[in-house]
Amino acid sequence: MKINEQIDISAIVEENIQPQMASKISVKDLSAFFGKTKVLKNISIELPEKKVVAIIGPSGCGKSTFLRSINRMHEVVGGTITGNIFLDGEDIMKLDPVYLRRKIGMVFQKPNPFPTMSIFNNVVAGLKLNGFRNRKALKEIVEKSLKAAALWDEVKDNLNDSGANISGGQQQRLCIARTIAVNPDVILMDEPASALDPISTAKIEELIFELKKDFTIIIVTHNMQQAARVSDYTAFFYMGELVEYSDTKKMFTAPDKKQTEDYITGRFG
Amino acid sequence: MLNSPGESLKERESFEKIQSYFKKSKEKKTSGFLNKILGNNNLGDIIFERLTLLFAVLVFSLVIFMGWEMYSHSVLSIKQFGLNFLVNSTWDPAITQVFGALPMIFGTIVSSLIGLIIAVPLGLSVAVFLSELAPAWLEKPLSFLTELLAGIPSVIYGLWGIFVLVPWLRDVVEPFLQNEFPNSPFFQGAPYGYGMLAAGLILSIMVLPIISSISRDILKSVPDAQREAAYALGATRWEVTKIVLSNARSGLLGAIMLGFGRAIGETMAVTMVIGNRAGISASLFDPSYTMASVLANEFTEATTDLYLNALIELALVLFIITILINMLAHLLVWSTERKWK
Ligand SMILES: Nc1ncnc2c1ncn2[C@@H]1O[C@H](COP(=O)(O)OP(=O)(O)OP(=O)(O)O)[C@@H](O)[C@H]1O
Ligand SMILES: [Mg+2]
Repeated sequence: MKINEQIDISAIVEENIQPQMASKISVKDLSAFFGKTKVLKNISIELPEKKVVAIIGPSGCGKSTFLRSINRMHEVVGGTITGNIFLDGEDIMKLDPVYLRRKIGMVFQKPNPFPTMSIFNNVVAGLKLNGFRNRKALKEIVEKSLKAAALWDEVKDNLNDSGANISGGQQQRLCIARTIAVNPDVILMDEPASALDPISTAKIEELIFELKKDFTIIIVTHNMQQAARVSDYTAFFYMGELVEYSDTKKMFTAPDKKQTEDYITGRFG
Repeated sequence: MLNSPGESLKERESFEKIQSYFKKSKEKKTSGFLNKILGNNNLGDIIFERLTLLFAVLVFSLVIFMGWEMYSHSVLSIKQFGLNFLVNSTWDPAITQVFGALPMIFGTIVSSLIGLIIAVPLGLSVAVFLSELAPAWLEKPLSFLTELLAGIPSVIYGLWGIFVLVPWLRDVVEPFLQNEFPNSPFFQGAPYGYGMLAAGLILSIMVLPIISSISRDILKSVPDAQREAAYALGATRWEVTKIVLSNARSGLLGAIMLGFGRAIGETMAVTMVIGNRAGISASLFDPSYTMASVLANEFTEATTDLYLNALIELALVLFIITILINMLAHLLVWSTERKWK
């Protein structure tokens, strides 16, 4: 990547996004490291509020690392970052990670409900960690969250069953409900549908569409059609750099960069 | 110039092609495998399979055979005392020839429980530290050290008990406890050093490495996805650990029971410090006796047939208890580790 291209990208960002809407998260000159290896290189990007931003790019280009940096989950796997990430103008590295992760929830590639907890307790796991114990309020939150995750009708009679005894797609929606229940502002999703069958995938995509009314969503996906279907903006990462970031429609019809076009059309390699 | 696989349509197609190819070749293989069994054209595999099966059956029948042997050599005592053997507390080989195993069963269970009460919190803490908290460079040497404890011969523990632990209990710990809690039923009688407390303490040291190393393996088998899920919900390190522990609970119970099984069967070290006197007492200072130490001490002295039969029946009881506990424990450990695969 050459320096003048970097300048181009920030120009796009300025034109396309910043003038139009408030950004929820603003990333400035972010680099990420595992040991001495630099896996994210000077990323600057504005993520707008109550929109869906898709992150695409080939395997190993740093998508997950970027996502994890936003709620400091990179620390859990031994990564470090330089640069700044601001959530509503506050530097996330100055916030308590426990508080930050309640503001910025995360859904993983493989559904990971807590198998020793019931469906009910899975949904409120985050709240209970918080010391929240009011049974009646918890019940309401469970219903609300499961409805928001489009799972309520399927499990409302089995709330006391184990969270591990439902289908993979249901488990993933349970994990989404669990994330919603703590009422975050932002939801990060790392390939949330890649372990699921087509019908479950469609359900998750519909769900994302609904969720963006209330949440800012950043989703990593390997599936171009999915990115095109669910996102408002798309960012293309390649080898740790942000190559192009623009309106999804523009990205998929008239990308500025040849690399982007090659990747999207599958002419890679 | 770019060689990473973007999931483009083209690649998806070629991927599917490859997949279907593998599926086909797998099918071929299975049918080939069937052929082999039916057509009998791979003798080596079959011999190997049969041979391992044979050994497995052999080991299992050895256990059955041992049980049967013990049973048939204790018939005299079983006939004479029946179930009373388990609840009678007189063990009198000298005059009346009445044999009741209750004091030894009591001594065995209580000394093992004391061992567990000390070893479980310690062992679990070590396991949690090793699997959840310790940095990688510290984990290996520490694990190695705890496992080293398990390899020390039991007679060495016994000697250490006699020369270090017992005098220390006699001169320091027991007088102190008696002073502090003069009315406690657990700290009555003369502080000899030898007795239940010494046995329990020795056992706790001996089962600690078992509990900690198995528990560590169990905790490590809990997938990182569980920890990440908790962190992402805003859990603190301790809360993440709690979730890991609750995921592993049946396996941890298994680890504890394996420690229990080990404590129950332990002979040498316990025999050297427990005082070897049959009796049921609440005081931890009093001498006691375990099934294993009775066998070790009295087998050579058994002069009458009934006495010998009673000793073998005692062995049978120990055998059954240990096997049951170990089976249950392994089942718990195995089912937890399997759950994540
Ligand atoms: N825990 C880790 N320790 C060391 N290196 C890591 C770790 N996690 C990721 N990396 C490295 O960082 C780089 C970026 O990885 P990352 O997981 O962010 O890629 P990705 O774009 O999400 O890939 P994928 O599409 O395969 O999920 C890779 O080279 C990877 O090997
Ligand atoms: Mg990834």
